[in-house]
Amino acid sequence: MEQPSPLPWLIDRRRFLQNVTGVITGVLVAGSPLALLAPSRSWAIELGSLSSDEGTTLMAMLRSLAPHDHLEDAAYAMVVKGIDRKAGQDQALRTMLKDGLSQLNADGPFAGQDEDRRVALLRRIEATPFFQSVRVDNLMMLYDTPQAAALCGYEGEVFSKGGYLYRGFNDLKWLPDPPLADAGPLDL
Amino acid sequence: MPTFAFDDDAVTVIIGSGAGGGTLAHELTRRGIKVVLLEAGKREAPETFSQSPNEAFGMLTWLDPRSQSGDWSVARDFPTLPVWHCKTVGGSTVHWTAASLRLHEWELKPATTFGRMAGSSYVDWPIPYKELLDYYRLAEKRMYVTRRNGIPGLPASNNFKVFYQGAKKLGYRKVHTNYMAINSRPQDERSICLQQGFCVQGCKVAAKWSTLYTEIPRAEATGKLDLRVGAQATRIEHGKDGRVTAVLYRDAEGREQRQKARLVCVAGNGIETPRLLLLSDSARFPDGLANASGNVGRHYTRHTMGFVWGVFDHPVHMYRGAVLAGLVEDETVHDARRGFAGGYHLELCALDLPSFPQVGMPYGWGRDFARTIESYANMAGMLIVGEDVPRADNRITLDPVRRDRWGLPIPHLHVDEHDNNLAMRHHAQERGNMLYEAAGAKQVLFGPPPPATHNMGSCRMSADRRDGVCNSHGQTHDIPNLFISDGSQFTSSGSANPTLTIVALALRQAEYIAKQMTARAI
Ligand SMILES: Cc1cc2nc3c(=O)[nH]c(=O)nc-3n(C[C@H](O)[C@H](O)[C@H](O)COP(=O)(O)OP(=O)(O)OC[C@H]3O[C@@H](n4cnc5c(N)ncnc54)[C@H](O)[C@@H]3O)c2cc1C
Ligand code: SF4
Repeated sequence: MEQPSPLPWLIDRRRFLQNVTGVITGVLVAGSPLALLAPSRSWAIELGSLSSDEGTTLMAMLRSLAPHDHLEDAAYAMVVKGIDRKAGQDQALRTMLKDGLSQLNADGPFAGQDEDRRVALLRRIEATPFFQSVRVDNLMMLYDTPQAAALCGYEGEVFSKGGYLYRGFNDLKWLPDPPLADAGPLDL
Repeated sequence: MPTFAFDDDAVTVIIGSGAGGGTLAHELTRRGIKVVLLEAGKREAPETFSQSPNEAFGMLTWLDPRSQSGDWSVARDFPTLPVWHCKTVGGSTVHWTAASLRLHEWELKPATTFGRMAGSSYVDWPIPYKELLDYYRLAEKRMYVTRRNGIPGLPASNNFKVFYQGAKKLGYRKVHTNYMAINSRPQDERSICLQQGFCVQGCKVAAKWSTLYTEIPRAEATGKLDLRVGAQATRIEHGKDGRVTAVLYRDAEGREQRQKARLVCVAGNGIETPRLLLLSDSARFPDGLANASGNVGRHYTRHTMGFVWGVFDHPVHMYRGAVLAGLVEDETVHDARRGFAGGYHLELCALDLPSFPQVGMPYGWGRDFARTIESYANMAGMLIVGEDVPRADNRITLDPVRRDRWGLPIPHLHVDEHDNNLAMRHHAQERGNMLYEAAGAKQVLFGPPPPATHNMGSCRMSADRRDGVCNSHGQTHDIPNLFISDGSQFTSSGSANPTLTIVALALRQAEYIAKQMTARAI
């Protein structure tokens, strides 16, 4: 059974960037689901549309939108990479992102502010297409990372292991089982 | 596989291979009728379905642009994707979660049952319930629906255990694992359900009924089906007598083709079906085909929907198991004392993790939002599916400005929600809230309606030709050899998920077409 790559935008090494416009780096935390796949603990993400500063600002924005204290930076960095890739194919998006991010930095680096201040700044731009576009992309990409799946207790596809039929689809024990008449027999 | 000639004017052309078109293709071909089935999407198979929700979405979904307006929350939450259906062989029966419910007798008579309702455009269905019931029974056999015809129900999942406990504590009496077109035992040469929970991504073991691997291969086996994949119909042509004569389409290479036809049946789902009729305007039919009454695209309904999520102290893992296998039937009554007309179903529902924040709580961000998502494993879920009041101005039109890649106007949806919908949703959310609290929830959250997955009414059937587009057989009032073969022909939405009714009507329509052809009436 061929397993589709869960993270095409991270693992896809077929598409090399023509011009590297920025880089974000970090270190995987101990126990990261990616540690099993990655050859080393330090990671680097190359950007093809945004600068390093813009990437860092965007990453801080993503964490403020979805503040999971136990989610490592690498997960948010994958979203930065995904958005950067989209911007590479869409001039209008690229301009919108660059403008929006520079506005966030207008009163000093956004990434350096405390959370209350970052949230207040974001509240102000909540109705803008820039904010909504980043928010929706973040929802789509962040919760598709293995780190978010591990954090939220989502096991994902188990077709390759025979489905949940024998892997806990009915293992809930803190409530009584419904009578057979309203459910159905297990086909063993 | 026969390939019928482009100028073979004896063939029936069916547009769309989903619940309606796929079923009709099988029913006509097994009666010896030659069918050209045009499908805009590609052909996948259980082996090619992706198990990454985001990737599967990109592979199966109709993503051509649509514009929209109106006060419904979908315009705010999903501005670029108001509608959710498939573009692939098998249509949305590849995506669907297989709940197979019947409409009730009183739901076929909404104008009579509800009386005058300001701002609505109800008429009664022109079809006797007894007759529909016969076709429901046939459809249920064809689709191997659980809890019907002696087929056992699906077993209880964790999500259902929570739902059941709450529902029983509230005093609901008809609560069970739903009527599902999913195998609870091996039958129809298909596997039992492995409770994988990826019904929406395409069932890898074909336990779930889909025309992709039931009706369509059977139609192919008759030797009478010519399925053209990647073929998008762009115009239906007519002759001097006003009867339709051919279908123009773009083939998989983007070339324009013309297929002659004795008969044309449109089953492109509730948006594309009226769009195609509107795109086919001519000097003789300046407002589009079958539109003398002005009803093409109007009275568009989707069901009053919404999610209820219960957060518990203990794990539920709602994503494990068949997605919609749970139902409360008790609220499917018309009881004006509740403050609204019509009924609704509470149906078990789960969303996988990447979809949950996008679809289940699409508005959220910040600390509270993040905390909610972190309780994902301890969450139970349900979907509200209720009557949606038809309105003449809730309609599909052609966008005056925007064009698709063939240069054709994209469809525009306008939806203003009737107060009845708001009152019903509020009632249903309150019941959902009480249900989960009765089961011990520490928090209950509401999610707004998702993009429209049930598209109905936009070419509705009517007894009086001034009230609708087609008669009770889906035959258009204006053009005898043009048929509507999908949910567009529903006169009203009722509270039943639409597919069983679409299939039942397709079975009935096929019989009618065969008889009319034999009688040389068409
Ligand atoms: C996520 C999801 C879950 C659902 N769950 C349920 C459920 O549990 N129960 C239920 O009853 N219903 C459910 N539905 C709805 C169900 O899928 C539809 O009611 C049903 O499939 C509609 O049948 P149809 O024939 O009208 O259209 P579809 O099945 O959508 O088929 C239409 C086909 O026509 C093709 N087409 C459109 N225009 C053209 C053109 N111009 N030329 C060529 N081809 C064209 C499309 O590509 C598509 O393949 C669900 C839908 C979704 C999206
Ligand atoms: S839950 Fe059952 S029907 Fe749904 S995808 Fe899994 S095996 Fe198929």
